[in-house]
This record gives sequence, structure tokens and C-alpha cells, in this order.
Amino acid sequence: MKDRDLIFEKTRPGKKGYSLPELDVPQKENILPENLQRKNPAPLPEVAEGEVLRHYINLSQLNHSVDNGFYPLGSCTMKYNPKINEDVARLPGFAELHPYQSEDMVQGALKLMAELEKYLCEIGGMDRVTLQPAAGAHGELTGLMLMRAYHKHRGQDQRKKVIIPDSGHGTNPASVTMCGYDTVEIPSDDKGCMDLEALKEVLDDKVAGIMLTNPNTLGFYEENISEACRLVHEAGGLLYYDGANANAIMGYSRPGDMGFDILHFNLHKTFGTPHGGGGPGSGPVGVKEKLVPFLPTPMVEEEDGKYFFDYDRPQSIGRVRSFYGNFGVLVKAFTYIRMMGAKGLKQVSEDAVLNANYIMEKLSKSYYLKYHRNCMHEFVLSGKKQKDEHGVTTTDIVKNLLDHGIHPPTVYFPLIVEEAMMIEPTETESKETLDKFIEVMEKIAKMAEEDPEKLKGAPYTTPVRRLDEAGAARNPILKWEPEE
Amino acid sequence: MNHQFLPNNEESRREMLESLGLSSIEELFGCCIPENVRFKGSLDLPKPLSELEARRLLTQIANVNKPVSQMVSFLGGGVADHYIPAAVDHILSRSEFYTAYTPYQAEVSQGTLQNIFEFQSLICMLTGMDVANASMYDGASALAEAVLMASSATRQDKIVISQTVNPQYRETVQTYADATGLEIVEIPHKDGQTDLDAMEKAIDDKTAAIAIQNPNFFGIIEDPFPISKLKEKGKKTLLISVVDPLSLGVIVPPGDYDCDIALGEGQPLGNPISFGGPHLGFFAAKENLIRRMPGRLIGQTKDVDGKRGFVMTLQTREQHIRRHRATSNICTNQALNALGAASYLNLMGKEGIQEVAQQCLQKANYLKDKIEALPGYSIPFNGPVFKEFAVKANRPFEEIQKVLVEKGFLPGIHLQPYYDGMDDWFLVCVTEKRTREEMDRFAAGLEGV
Repeated sequence: MKDRDLIFEKTRPGKKGYSLPELDVPQKENILPENLQRKNPAPLPEVAEGEVLRHYINLSQLNHSVDNGFYPLGSCTMKYNPKINEDVARLPGFAELHPYQSEDMVQGALKLMAELEKYLCEIGGMDRVTLQPAAGAHGELTGLMLMRAYHKHRGQDQRKKVIIPDSGHGTNPASVTMCGYDTVEIPSDDKGCMDLEALKEVLDDKVAGIMLTNPNTLGFYEENISEACRLVHEAGGLLYYDGANANAIMGYSRPGDMGFDILHFNLHKTFGTPHGGGGPGSGPVGVKEKLVPFLPTPMVEEEDGKYFFDYDRPQSIGRVRSFYGNFGVLVKAFTYIRMMGAKGLKQVSEDAVLNANYIMEKLSKSYYLKYHRNCMHEFVLSGKKQKDEHGVTTTDIVKNLLDHGIHPPTVYFPLIVEEAMMIEPTETESKETLDKFIEVMEKIAKMAEEDPEKLKGAPYTTPVRRLDEAGAARNPILKWEPEE
Repeated sequence: MNHQFLPNNEESRREMLESLGLSSIEELFGCCIPENVRFKGSLDLPKPLSELEARRLLTQIANVNKPVSQMVSFLGGGVADHYIPAAVDHILSRSEFYTAYTPYQAEVSQGTLQNIFEFQSLICMLTGMDVANASMYDGASALAEAVLMASSATRQDKIVISQTVNPQYRETVQTYADATGLEIVEIPHKDGQTDLDAMEKAIDDKTAAIAIQNPNFFGIIEDPFPISKLKEKGKKTLLISVVDPLSLGVIVPPGDYDCDIALGEGQPLGNPISFGGPHLGFFAAKENLIRRMPGRLIGQTKDVDGKRGFVMTLQTREQHIRRHRATSNICTNQALNALGAASYLNLMGKEGIQEVAQQCLQKANYLKDKIEALPGYSIPFNGPVFKEFAVKANRPFEEIQKVLVEKGFLPGIHLQPYYDGMDDWFLVCVTEKRTREEMDRFAAGLEGV
């Protein structure tokens, strides 16, 4: 009896799932003038505690998650989330701190933030880091605001163009627009890297900067990164590093050393904090010295062993959200870095890169690989061969993975690879798991030859099968409503 | 090296390298990363800790802090210490929820999707609005996004915002506005409420939106009806209202006063205060604004067998499809925090949300009356309050703070940094967790300063 009813379909008058102490102050009437009172109570469900629990446990079992299966979702770094992180973030000394408590009561929290900032500076090769941004995309926006403030300060307001390679994440151009800038897209070369000639062509005194992911979304380290940095700087622009793929390079290469001026990290990707089904993330932004004055307020500072928030930052862009960042996530990332250490983080990148190359090489026999050379932590496989020869799309291929308990890769991205499947195994998967994945992928390739129709019907065993997305968009039902 | 988070042993690594025709990992990195950008040293990080050592260290750091559970807290200002039913954290601890990602593959993400669909429905019920999204980063950035959305929906770039809106929210709006060139006009308060005459004067044809907060930052419940009327002064002007979700158990919801975008901080709904984050912003709007909304939207549909299911929908608004023409750059939301909020709302239910709101209202007004009667303290504003109120003292706030903290109280937020002329004013917040006995002792403590 798998229960899939909505909570609203379980409600019965008078049931309750909470208890509160009786009101212990004299009830005062007429506090609220009548026109400010709510007329009809919000029709929230009426359900007992045990029913609510069962509802959610049943829902949880409909999910695929890192803890129940392989999740090679490219560019998302779905690594294992250590359990101790969950425990320590719930310690009352962290979870029960109010952001308006005076600094002398939160010295531990401030110290943790200051230390985490130092670690991230070291890993990224940056001078200072703000922990305020709530997610990667939020970090991008913050970083671009810093870029804007920097140019404005130098009287270079005319710089409005931001260059993004065609392999860039969708958030990049969206962040550019939100910052009042214009995106200039440049093509990749035949090796899957940034085309330096194309870059040169768009560089002028209107360029504010460039946003790069390195390794890029094809999983390749930009070989000409130093030259690109030199060119952009020479043109008066800044370089922004999208840290989505930082899991590949820890201890091997630092964005600051490559020449980047601004970067964001995704703590929920690289530093093992859970993705939460789509947040909360955390997107700290690091900068080089020349951009430090513009960082959001407040920053954590230390003097004579006492930590404090510095609000006196006249050139700052201001705040990008309330308070200090997703503190609970910071606690988890801090713990992760302390448990890995320098050697451990380097091993993380080594295993992540080795795992990706291992799968890539094996699958290159049964699938088309547009760029066949060593990748870093991820690579982009293509379903082109299956599509051309058997009429089976990438969607069909990955929907079959679902029947094998495997989460599909990121699909149809980057846009420059036809029928793309972007595969990122991460370092927390064993060779045994990778071998099973390879076996399943080969089986699917074989099925594409032998029984393409069966393949097109997948998945067969999931809680629901293929859903009518077009119908959902044409006639949006975005909330439950009682039947008339 | 072998590590508890790394499942490959040396043998597996060697086998994988061999299959690639390589003899060492160095060789692999050597053919990827150019020599001139290779990091040669070793990262300068503290030596790695075992789990036991890590737990010890983190416990030590946590113990340096003074959590509100060891005090009697009257701190609010957007984040407050409310009752969280025990079941909430048990739900959040299901790793099928917290170790999943954005539900890109709907067939194996129905848990996350159905929860967000229910969350959207619950927020609509609470606010009386037509449509709600899957959540935003927090209340402050939700307001900033609302302002951008209003600007693009009306093609106007002037925003009129009341100074009774949370100062941190206004700062955030200003940061976003600086980047996009929006004009922000702040309307002063009069007796702790939006100065309606000043607001009326500020609204013109170019006004994209009016933004208010209700209850406002001083805890006062403003009359939203005359403010909403002011929309007519503009051409297509929208009303944005920042609301405390718990207050909607007793206070008129935004859907009743022709509000166009309603949003707020969702922390009071079952989320621990956690030093200010992670929390969630909730975001709701009128139906005609659906396609302008930022963030994820989950819709109901059917699978090939006709079974009900849920999918991410109207994705052509979003960055991964629309790239630079997207309505926002937001990618993930705060899904786990929204799960906490939804489970809280389901546990509290129709009756609980009213009871908790009523308790906040009654207790805050009890303490307010009590403090008003104390010599040396006054209540400077007249309007009705929900769970917070401003207090004016005739002695330095620092002194009050020092004495009361020693007695185990967190007396409130000093208003001086945020508003001119409020040198020894502070904001007191009373949640349902406070008892009469605590409030009586607190009042006695104030008197004794």
C-alpha cells in the first residue's frame, strides 16, 4: 500500500499534529482593529503527528539520492555527504545562535568563519573571501557586482561586456544580465577549449571581464589559461572563475595563480555539504587584493584574539542578503576541510579525475566521444551514435538508467555537444560502482541496437513513468485546490 | 591514501591507471594541467583530523558560543526563536531528501517534487496569493528579486520603499538596484508607520512598485488598505508586501488587500535560527505575474500511464534554458528549508497556525503593557503590534544590555544603528516560547537597571 496522496487529501477536521502550553497571560481583546484581522483561517491541513511523519517518509522513498545510489550528475559534484557534518551543525552552540547576539557571545562562530575564510583563500589562491552568498549563482552575481564596483571606482563605467565561452553554465549569462551587463559569447575550439583568436577579437575597452569555468564544462583544463588571463588583463578586464568544477584541481592548481581576480566556490559541491534536494547551498566569493575594498559588508576581522564584524567598509557593494551567509552550511564545509587536510583534498581531486577518465575510456567504445582526450573530473559523452543509427535519443538512454537505480548524468548540456551526457562520478564512488555503471551503459548501447522500441518506453520501474511536461507547462497546475 | 570518505583503495587506483595506459596519477594530471599553472607546494591547511578529533574541535568551538537556549531571548528582527515540533528535524534528517539534488529527473524525484508542490500550495493558503514558487535564499534577497521582477513587469525603474521595511532588506535591495540602475526612493516613517502622504507624493508614472512590510520592522501592523489604494497614483504600479508568515494566523493576508507580490522570511516556520542561515525566502504573486517569477515552479501532471506526478515547469523563464534572457539567475532554491517549513505548517495545521500567532500577539502585548508601566521606559509608537515592539529607554542601551545579559536575558536589538534619533531605543521580540514568569522577571530586570 504505497501512499501517494497529497497531505491535503489526508486532512480531517479537528486533527492536530502539535501541542503548545496554554496561554499563561490574560487574554486581551481588541488588540487588532477588525479590518486588520484575518477573516477566514488559512485552510492548512489537519493531520496528526504520526500521519505527517508517514507522509514524508513515504515521500522520501520516492527519491533517488546520493545515499541510495550512484548520482553522476555532471557539474553538480554529487559526492557523499559525511554524517558528522550533520551532527556538528546541529550543536546548540551553532544552531541556536541568534544573528543579533553581541559579538562577545558568538566568538566561536566568528572564529570558525575567519578560519574557513583562510582555508578557502589558500585553496583558491585568493586574498580575501566573503562567506555571505547563499549559493553558486548568488556568488556569481556578487562577483559581477564586485567587478562593476571596481570599474566604476576607476572611472571605467563604459565597461559593460562580459565574455562567456559557449560551454559556460546557464547561470553565468543570467547573472551577467542581472548585473546590468551584456553577455558576449565566444566559441570553443576543436579541442573543446576556449578559442584564443575569438577571444582576441572581442577584447576592447568595453570589456568588463570574462567568466570561465576551469576545468570547463567539457571537463578540460583550459590549456591557454595564462595567455587568456594576460590578454584580458591587458585589455583592462577582470577574470571571474566559476568554481563549480573546483573538485578537479585541489592542491594541483589554484585559480588565483592562474590569474583570476574573482572566484566563487560551491561549498555544496566541492566541500561535501549536502545539496538538500536543491538548496541550501553556499557560494563564498574570493578576490585578489585590489577588489577587497568592494566586498560585501560585514567582513569578519580579528584583533588581539577577538573577532568582530567590520561594517565600516565605505567602498563595499553593500549586502547581498541578510546576516552573514548560510552559516549552518559553513560549519559543515569547515568540518569537511579539517577532516581532509591538504593531502586529503589533493587525493579527492586525484580520485575524482581518475574515476572520470576510467569511465570515459571504457564508454568511448560504445558511445561517441566528441573530444577524445584525457579529461579532468567529468567528461561529456554523446548519444549521437545511437540517435543516428537507431533513432534512440539521449533522453531514452538515460531514462533506462533509472530502471537500474542509477541517476542520469546531466543531459543536453553543454549545448556544444549533440545529445550530450555530462558524467561526473566524483571521488566518493568505488571502482566497483563504476564498473557496474559501465556495464549498464554498455547494456543500454546494445539494447539500442537490438530493441530500440523497448528502450524508448523506459523507465518501467520508477514510482512514476515519463511525465507529460508539455502538458504541465501548457496548463499550469501549481497548487492544490479543493474540488468544487 | 585511504580515507573514510574515499572508497577506492590503492589496488583499484592502480588498476584504473593501468587501464588508461598510465603508470601514475602524476602522469594523468601532467597531460591535463600546463606546467606553468601547476601548484607546486602543499596547501597550507591544518593537519587532517579523525572523526573523533573533529567532533571534539567543533564541540569546543560551539561551546565558546552562548546559544539562546541558555538564555531568555527577546531577539527578533526577522529571525526569531520559535517552537519547532520534534518531528520536523526527523523529517529533515531523511537522507533521501537531503542528499538529493534539484529534481531534474522527475521519475526518481517525486518526493522532492511533491513536497515543493505542497509547499507552494501551503504558501498560497497562508498568504491568500494565487501562486508561490519553490523558495528563495532568504527574505532579503526575495525582496530584491521582487523589486527586479516588478521593474521588468512594468518596464519602469523607480521603486518606492517604506523605511519601516527591515533595514537589512533595504540594504540588499539597494545593492541589487545599484547593479541594475533602479531608482530607490525611501519613505520615512511617521509614528513608526509608513508616512502615507510622503508615499503618495513619491509615486508617479515611473513607479514600478511600492514595497512595505507588515507587521513592519517595529512590529507594528500597518493598515495595508490605504497603502494598496496608492497604487492608483502610479500607472501600472505593483504592491510588494513583506510579511511574517506566522502573523498570517491572525492578520489580514496580502491576498485580501490587492497585493501583487507577497514574500518574506520563512525561518519562523520550523527552521532553527542558526546564526542567520540557512533559512528560506517564500515568494508568492498574482496569477498574471507567473511568467515573470524568479525561481523554480513545480506543476502537477500525469505520466504515460495516467498516474499523477509532478515536474519542474515553466522552465523557459529559467537560466538553464533561457540563459541571459532568464527572469533571474537563481538556480537552486532552499529546498531543504522549504521542506522544514512545509512539515511545520502541516504539523501546526489550521488550528496551530492560529494558536501560535495568537500566543505571540497576546504575549508581546502583555510584555509591552508591562514595560510601558515601568519608570524610565516608554513605548514610543502607537500602532497595534504583533510579536515585536520598540522600547525607548532613558538610560544607555549598552547599560541595559550589560545588566540584563548578566541576569540571563537577551533584551533586544539596539535600533540606533538603523534609524536616526533612536539612540536608546531597542526592539523587543516575544514568541510563543516565552512564559509569563520570564517576562515578569525581564520587566523587573529592566526596572532594576
